[in-house]
Amino acid sequence: MDALYLAREPAMTSVRRGLEPLIPALRRFARALARDQETADDLVQDTMVRALRAEHLFHGGDLRTWLFTILLNLDRNRRRGLARRPVLAVIEDVDPAAPPASDGTGRDIARGLAMMPPEQREVLLLVTLEGMSYREAADVQGVPIGTVMSRLSRARTMLRSHIEGERPQLRRVQ
Amino acid sequence: MADKAPITEEELHAFVDGELPADRMAAVESYLASNPEEAARIASWRAQAAAIRERWGAVAEEPVPERLHVDRLAVKAGRVWRKVAAAAAVAFLIGGTAGWFGRDLARTESTEFESSRQIAKALADAAIEAHRLYINEVRHPIEVRANEEHLLRWLSRRVGSAVHAPDLSEQGLKLMGGRLLPGPKSPTALLMYEGAGGERVTITCTSAGREGQTAFKWRQAGEFGALAWIEGGLAFVVAGPAERERLDRVARQIYAAYETPEAAK
Repeated sequence: MDALYLAREPAMTSVRRGLEPLIPALRRFARALARDQETADDLVQDTMVRALRAEHLFHGGDLRTWLFTILLNLDRNRRRGLARRPVLAVIEDVDPAAPPASDGTGRDIARGLAMMPPEQREVLLLVTLEGMSYREAADVQGVPIGTVMSRLSRARTMLRSHIEGERPQLRRVQ
Repeated sequence: MADKAPITEEELHAFVDGELPADRMAAVESYLASNPEEAARIASWRAQAAAIRERWGAVAEEPVPERLHVDRLAVKAGRVWRKVAAAAAVAFLIGGTAGWFGRDLARTESTEFESSRQIAKALADAAIEAHRLYINEVRHPIEVRANEEHLLRWLSRRVGSAVHAPDLSEQGLKLMGGRLLPGPKSPTALLMYEGAGGERVTITCTSAGREGQTAFKWRQAGEFGALAWIEGGLAFVVAGPAERERLDRVARQIYAAYETPEAAK
């Protein structure tokens, strides 16, 4: 029975060694993207399994950017799935384990992030939370640096107006 | 002079993110000193970053849960393959593979295809659905891996015609492996390729019976696209991200591989 032929055990490789120290950052980033811990760790697990299985596709280069690219692809697939089943979307809204962090105006930073287009949220998190350079963020998203910068700019503008949205506007005098 | 140029929006972000070239630091700093509104904007960006780090930064300090230990997952990565391959083989042998690939074709099948054009269209739709289903599979997107030499022999035998897996490395794609699906007339072979960014492209190939040939037909469903054609008694569909030019190049390479199989090795 052909399909029963055994696949060989993956050997100890550089991907496997390099993966270990990156797990905490992957979890942090996934948590900010997916909000609840279970979903976020599922994303990280799938990213790791995929990376371990696809070692043959990794031809050197930056392991961190590659892993984040995989994670983003998986997250996009996940969100497509949620979009097709909108009733499930509610579940990811709350992370009961997280402290009710607040920016002082009563508006949650997480809610501000949730409101922006995914590719803007991704860039903002890659740069601020993960401390990636514009070049690295561009590699992760597979876009030119200019695109990263315009997404970042729009993300910050949107987040600022969200956070300050309920404050009275100060009259500007030139 | 670099430091006399007007300050751009990009430079303000670069300043905040530590990416501003040293020779522009003084210019940006003096600009901010004399523009309080701009300085407030910059301060709000810094506050956002601080709030983001405050909210999620500590996640990286948590102990890594056991299910994410590399050794554990590495073993799993190897083991799941075997389990799934076995399960799929058994499911296939008892005819339990659901028949979803042929589902959309069932209507047309009963009245026979009126034209090869219709087959191509129906196959493209089914292939997009197969593509959508399997590209999201992380743990078992394929039944048999590319490095197992019986892959093409097996698929060829089931499809009833030689199945080739062209080298698509020029398109940045590497063969992952394949699986067998129920098809309209006979089993359908699905080959899955993967790019370095994790994007996937599938090729499905099935017998088209006595049907003639068609030109490449383009179908698009949301973010997925497919090119379908019939040639030499086989119906082909290439499905992937809706990037027509890229899929077009892939399709042409497959076409060439079937024209001159030995050259495509």
